Amino acid sequence: MIDTPLLEVRNLSVSFSVRHAGRTARLPALREIDLSLSRGETLGIVGESGSGKSTLARTLLRLTEAAGGTVRFDGTDLLALKGRSLRRMRARLQMIFQDGGSALDPRQRIGAALEEPLQTLRPEWPADGRDRRVRELLARVGLEPQQADRYPHEFSGGQAQRIGIARALIVEPELVVCDEPLSSLDVSIKAQIAGLLLELKRGLGLSMLFIAHDLPAVQLLSDRVLVLYLGRVMETAGCEALFTRPRHPYTRALLQSAPVPDPRVARSRAVAPIGGELPSALFPPSGCVFRTRCPYAVERCAIELPLPRTVGDSVVACHRAEDVS
Amino acid sequence: MSTDALLQVAGLSVRYETDHGHIDAIQELDLDLIRGECLGIVGESGSGKSALLLAIMGLLASTARARGSIRFRGTELIDLPTRAFNRLRGARLAMIFQDPLSALNPYLRVIDQLSEVARVHLRCARREAERRGLELMASVHINEPDRRARQYPHELSGGMRQRVMIAMALMAEPEIILADEPTTALDATVQAQILSLLHEVRVRSGASLLLVTHDLGVLAQLADRVGVMRAGRLLELASCEQLFYSPTHPYTRELLAAMPKLRVPA
Repeated sequence: MIDTPLLEVRNLSVSFSVRHAGRTARLPALREIDLSLSRGETLGIVGESGSGKSTLARTLLRLTEAAGGTVRFDGTDLLALKGRSLRRMRARLQMIFQDGGSALDPRQRIGAALEEPLQTLRPEWPADGRDRRVRELLARVGLEPQQADRYPHEFSGGQAQRIGIARALIVEPELVVCDEPLSSLDVSIKAQIAGLLLELKRGLGLSMLFIAHDLPAVQLLSDRVLVLYLGRVMETAGCEALFTRPRHPYTRALLQSAPVPDPRVARSRAVAPIGGELPSALFPPSGCVFRTRCPYAVERCAIELPLPRTVGDSVVACHRAEDVS
Repeated sequence: MSTDALLQVAGLSVRYETDHGHIDAIQELDLDLIRGECLGIVGESGSGKSALLLAIMGLLASTARARGSIRFRGTELIDLPTRAFNRLRGARLAMIFQDPLSALNPYLRVIDQLSEVARVHLRCARREAERRGLELMASVHINEPDRRARQYPHELSGGMRQRVMIAMALMAEPEIILADEPTTALDATVQAQILSLLHEVRVRSGASLLLVTHDLGVLAQLADRVGVMRAGRLLELASCEQLFYSPTHPYTRELLAAMPKLRVPA
């Protein structure tokens, strides 16, 4: 069947044990997450700190254990994999981290660092072809093939991020999870790396989960976007629809909060769109988790958890989505 | 030079000595800060924008050497003796940092840090200092100021801590507020709140604001004039509108082009 998604997440929940007031408490980090990703598609995941973005990335890569739900990758139950079959799966799922440089061993040459995932995750790859593959990948991400002989400290932040991208791609993964790959970079470098990711997505037909709080980058790279708040999905929609007709009050507030490099536009909206800050995940609000900051909140929002439903071109978890304009 | 200039920076150079030779963080920089204006400085890492603020506040590391002139109301700040500087810092020149958690004292309750400024600079008695502290907390829109006042910095959220920093900066009614990436560590919705608060307090207090950031979007919202720094030099200084709509320096154009823009309906 051609329409089977590459990745399908149903009802995924993750919680952490934390010490609170002298006893162990359960902190729900992700609750009842549904998402799907087709081959060749990029799903942008946005949300502020504490929304669960990184927990989602780590859970999909089996770096954090899930509390419940299912994750199917190309038909395989990802959460049930163990030992050798899990290791085989790791070649198919790769991650690009925020700080490419800190993921590198300072005493290992870049070439060796890039070869390592080939050796461990793709042992069938011919040993005499590895070096060529490393140089090919360096060129692919805009570095010089001969830089394989250099050490991590000889690279700038932007170059280190290119190496991080090369290292994720060298094993020819089917899905790449990018966790804030641009946030530690300077403005002009950020634009270059975003351009590289776009080129790789198009050229290699990559499937990506692109996690970022940088909305313009999400808009540039994503086909669809999912908005997280306090561990729950607020809205999922096509990129165009989400940015032009946000249906959830939180999506709307997030879009209006992004600084705009245009004085006339920036000054026309000098008042902050919403007040308050993210509540503690240990004591999430009853009903809708966003209601404590929501300008549209009514009594019903405190009583009844809004279930995801289709409104216009979005799937949105809000009782009042029809009233948001 | 403008007669309205509150702060005049002329021929400022800052050089750091390292084991591998020296680094020129700022070279031959001229800049006037006009009374009541918000002057924004934009630049990427290493452009020297933070060194500029540290030089003005007399907070450069001991390995750094500043040359040239920084005059505040006629007083030369370069090589000003510590005792004299201590009377200006926190009183007539106040600073807001990027990370309030490392700028606040973790052992002191919020009210104790706030009232310390009033006791040192305004010579207020304890009760009066605390009263002013609570008043300022309310003025920067901290909910339940009485309860928050008794908390320690780690008990506050990032946005709340930045509000406390702003309240502290305002305590002695400074003439200049210097802010180094004041919203960079904050989430989008909270950043929007703090930007609107900074605008509000500047208008209300009449203080000049010297705001350093890498984010042109922040300056588009707040700045009257914008300066662009790269590699220790001020490349362009213009009114906000002129800089954004008709930049003259090629690097400014590059920066504006690289700045990602969100396409949203107006």
